[in-house]
Amino acid sequence: MISPRYAREIPQRYRLEASKCKGCGKINFPPRLTCPACSSREFETVKLSDEGKILTYTIIRVSSDTFSRETPYAVAIIEVNDGARLMAMIADTNLNNVAIGKKVKLVFRKIQDEGVSGLHCYGYKAVVV
Amino acid sequence: MNGIVGYGSYLPHYRIKIESIAKEWGDDPAAIKRGLQLFEKTVPGLDEDTITISVEAAKNALKRAQIDPQDIGAVYIGSESHPYAVKPSGTILIDALGIGPDVHVASYEFACKAGTEAMFVANSLVKAGDVKYALAIGADTSQGAPGDALEYSASAGGSAFIMGDENVVAEILFTNSFTSDTPDFWRREHEFYPRHAGRFTGEPAYFKHVVGAGKLLLEKSGMKPDDFKYAIFHMPNGKFPQVVGKKLGFTKEQLETGWIVPWMGNTYSGSSPTGLSAVLDVAEPDDMIFMVSFGSGAGSDGFIYRTTEKIKEVQDKAPKLKEMLDHDKVYLDYGEYAKFREKIILNE
Amino acid sequence: MKEVAVIGFGMTKFGELWNKSIKDIFVEASLGAIDNAGVDHIDSIYVGAMSSGIFVGQEHLGAVMSDYLGMNPVPSTRVESACASGGISFRQAYLDVASGNSEIVLAAGVEKMNDGADVTAALATAADQEYEVYNGVTFPGLYAMIANAHMHEYKTTRKQLAAVAVKNHSNGANNPNAQFRNIITVDQVLNSTLVADPLRLLDCSPVTDGGAAVILCSMDIAKKFTDTPVKVVVSTQASDTISLYERETFTTLKAVSKAAEKAYKQANLKPENVDLAELHDCFTISEIVVSEDLGFFEKGCGGPAVEEGKTSIEGGEIPINTSGGLKSKGHPVGATGIAQIIELYEQLTGQAGKRQVKNAHIGLAQNMGGSGASCTINILEAV
Repeated sequence: MISPRYAREIPQRYRLEASKCKGCGKINFPPRLTCPACSSREFETVKLSDEGKILTYTIIRVSSDTFSRETPYAVAIIEVNDGARLMAMIADTNLNNVAIGKKVKLVFRKIQDEGVSGLHCYGYKAVVV
Repeated sequence: MNGIVGYGSYLPHYRIKIESIAKEWGDDPAAIKRGLQLFEKTVPGLDEDTITISVEAAKNALKRAQIDPQDIGAVYIGSESHPYAVKPSGTILIDALGIGPDVHVASYEFACKAGTEAMFVANSLVKAGDVKYALAIGADTSQGAPGDALEYSASAGGSAFIMGDENVVAEILFTNSFTSDTPDFWRREHEFYPRHAGRFTGEPAYFKHVVGAGKLLLEKSGMKPDDFKYAIFHMPNGKFPQVVGKKLGFTKEQLETGWIVPWMGNTYSGSSPTGLSAVLDVAEPDDMIFMVSFGSGAGSDGFIYRTTEKIKEVQDKAPKLKEMLDHDKVYLDYGEYAKFREKIILNE
Repeated sequence: MKEVAVIGFGMTKFGELWNKSIKDIFVEASLGAIDNAGVDHIDSIYVGAMSSGIFVGQEHLGAVMSDYLGMNPVPSTRVESACASGGISFRQAYLDVASGNSEIVLAAGVEKMNDGADVTAALATAADQEYEVYNGVTFPGLYAMIANAHMHEYKTTRKQLAAVAVKNHSNGANNPNAQFRNIITVDQVLNSTLVADPLRLLDCSPVTDGGAAVILCSMDIAKKFTDTPVKVVVSTQASDTISLYERETFTTLKAVSKAAEKAYKQANLKPENVDLAELHDCFTISEIVVSEDLGFFEKGCGGPAVEEGKTSIEGGEIPINTSGGLKSKGHPVGATGIAQIIELYEQLTGQAGKRQVKNAHIGLAQNMGGSGASCTINILEAV
């Protein structure tokens, strides 16, 4: 992960900053410059709820090299309580316990490493509660 | 008065039992359990490090403190497993929690007492009136070389304390330190595992400094061991804190609540701070708490706390240590543990 | 707009082509198409390729290919839309001819995937890097999430997914250019290695090297070159969110249904008028979802349809992926969209041999990129 590219996403990855459209109220995560729902260009910054539920998921058995040490791991699409959606890896949880509709909580974890000498890259993961 | 306005801990879900480690090295688990008084220890997930542990512990501290993170003027993380040799752990934490940029941040290292070092300085800054709140964290994903006695104890976890002088849940009445150059345990730059001087870590290191700091603290405060409801000492294993407690005149009952090492292991910089967290979870108003940390190299920090009426209001606002210790444990075998602790040589 | 015809095709065998470079593959397929059509010149070249930069370290593919085809200074343009690169390269060629700008155009697609790159990572560049791939998802993973949602919502079964692979291998067995010409059984699919639950190895299209090319020209001059030109009835394209997680539903691919809606309207056709279709079965679930979104079956009926044989060549209501699809024929990403057009061309001109669909008059090709963020639909008709 090249550091300027990593640094740019910190507000979203570390503290779930999203933009709420002043036109239609849609929460965009990550923030956008124009709302895909109503084309408004005015937003306020909001922080997403760190609680939600699994809409769909998979268990990755074959990953890219970046994540090969961590297989098998689950990835899910989560709808957080304020209605926004995001993609997150599932942490800690026994894989048999991952299912559509399960309640989750978002936690702060290391997501990937840039090789052995590069950046540690952090962000959100979900834990089934 | 100045003191703790919020506290919180975090322990990983993974565990390894003493038996699993002993089997790997041909040791007798019964002898280890008897000698070190350890049963199992926490192990960090591949996605956990001192920073993620610190963030989760600090989130719990914020839940209890109920303050605006923007009012935190100093953040200190004490650890001997900071993920970066050069790059502060605290900068990642403040951006995760919405603290700063008007904040003083530093990483501390003093073997196992880096956490209480952070607490000591955070409290001093509040006392001096320099900052409204200061956040101090002791956290580690402790290293112990494979096959070394330390492998039975080196574990992962941490605790966070927000210091302030309003709505304090535990006042900090006295602090002190006791320090000398004692080469009992070290890790050189670029080395993966720490080294230690065997039995030299005992009498001339741990016991000399913990007893030294403890005695001075009692003198300074004019108090006696039986003035305290609880006592917490650094827990490199199950035995040392019991022995040192006895030497200073404390009873088993006073030590019991904070003596979490048999099931948690030694979380290094997070050891005595997490013992304190376990005590605060169950303390009643006006309980007196005696605490002495120890860091190899060597030194001890002493603290005397007195809980306030507020303690009862905050205990349930975040997960308690006992729940973390007992809840949702996932046991690893030695192979998984070796993988999780990155003890296996891989191709890049 | 001028009427446009396809007048010839060429392709390499699909598979692991260890001794052939991306240039060799492209040139072999293109020369095949030029010879097959019998054209003496080309006015413009379009090259569909997804990720040559990552796979073989080569960008600027348009120029590379006109050069190695010995066609300089003909304008040559690389088209990229992930796995839809080939189909959209065809569409660009179609628009070039239809507009009257060019008379004879080469539309090609190529991918050289077996040169040592991290293929999973390369393919994942078709998803959102910062918010999907950063968080560990892979392409099989994205389609597995679609599969889980579809199974949850419509009770689609694991066996129905397997039926797609079984059918496509059965078709591909008769395609000499296919990578895998072996017959497989439902049990083999169900017992193959898990890749991303619920998808298993035999639910996934393979990693393939290959190239495919077709020649397009205006219908006015098509008969000069062949007695059997195939008319491009309509070419449409639609887009959707790059990230799967931002969609209202995961069981409908909106880019597919929107492109289809537009195609049927412009061509004045209904799904039931289509005699055969080449669908983007990068994973078994995608063929099921797309067969519904194209209106061949009601939502939720795609799984039962394939299981009941409604999409097979013999006696099917709508034969799907007679070529073997991406699953059996192989999926050299950039070439796939063109290879679909080639199958339609062969079918509509009666050249499909054992795969031949009787009375095939109208064929539809659907090619999509990413988890369905881009989709193109081309409908061809025998004349």
